[in-house]
Amino acid sequence: MMKAFEVVSHPIDTQVYADYVLRPEAGAVTVFTGHVREWTNGVRTLYLAYEAYVPMAEKKLAEIGQEIEEKWPGTRAAIAHRIGELQIGDIAVVIAVSSPHRRDAYEANEYAIERIKEMVPIWKKEIWEDGEEWIGGQKKKPEGART
Amino acid sequence: MIRIFYFAGLRELTGTAEETAEFTGKTVADLMQWAESKYPGIDNGAVRVAINEEYALPDDVLGEGDTAAFIPPVSGG
Repeated sequence: MMKAFEVVSHPIDTQVYADYVLRPEAGAVTVFTGHVREWTNGVRTLYLAYEAYVPMAEKKLAEIGQEIEEKWPGTRAAIAHRIGELQIGDIAVVIAVSSPHRRDAYEANEYAIERIKEMVPIWKKEIWEDGEEWIGGQKKKPEGART
Repeated sequence: MIRIFYFAGLRELTGTAEETAEFTGKTVADLMQWAESKYPGIDNGAVRVAINEEYALPDDVLGEGDTAAFIPPVSGG
C-alpha cells in the first residue's frame, strides 16, 4: 500500500499518486516528475545513487503536504522520492497535486519541489566516467561542472 | 547514550553510518565540537544536526536515547 508521502526503493508508478489526489471536487491535477539527467554542464552522468534519512524525509515530505494545504486551501498532495541506484531517464521524484482550479495545482506543485530541495534529507551522488561526488557535499566538482 | 547517524558524504568522511556516544544533557553545539575533533572537516558551516528527526539548534539539549543525525546539504529532487 502506498503512503501519500514516501521514500521508495522501487520504480515509481506516477499513476498511483495522481489517483490518490484525485477527488470529485478537483478540476485539476498536476503531476511533476523529476528525472535522472545525463548531461549537466558538459559533464556526462552514468547513473545516480540516492540516499535518504528515510523516517525524517517522509516526515518532511508530509510537512510539505501540510504547508501546501494551508497555503492553497482545497488542494491535496502526494509526493514520492526514490532512493538507490537510478539510471538515466528514471523518475527520482513525483509530486501530484489536485485542486478545484488549475492555478493552485501548478503553483503548489512547484512550491513542493523547491521545498524538497531546501530541507528534505535526501542526497544524490553523481557517478561519472572518471569519478563521483555527493551533490551538495564537501567535495568539488571538476572545473566548470557546477550545476 | 545517544545514537548518531551520518549520511552521504559525511558517512564517507567518518567511515561509519551510525555510532553511539555519551551525550545526554549536553548540547548540539557540544556534539558538533566533539564530531569536529573526531572527524576534522565535518563542521564546515553547511552541516545541520537533526535530533529525533527534527532540525535542531546549537543550544538544544540532548536527552537519553535521543537520535542525532548529521545532515549535509540536501540534494534531493
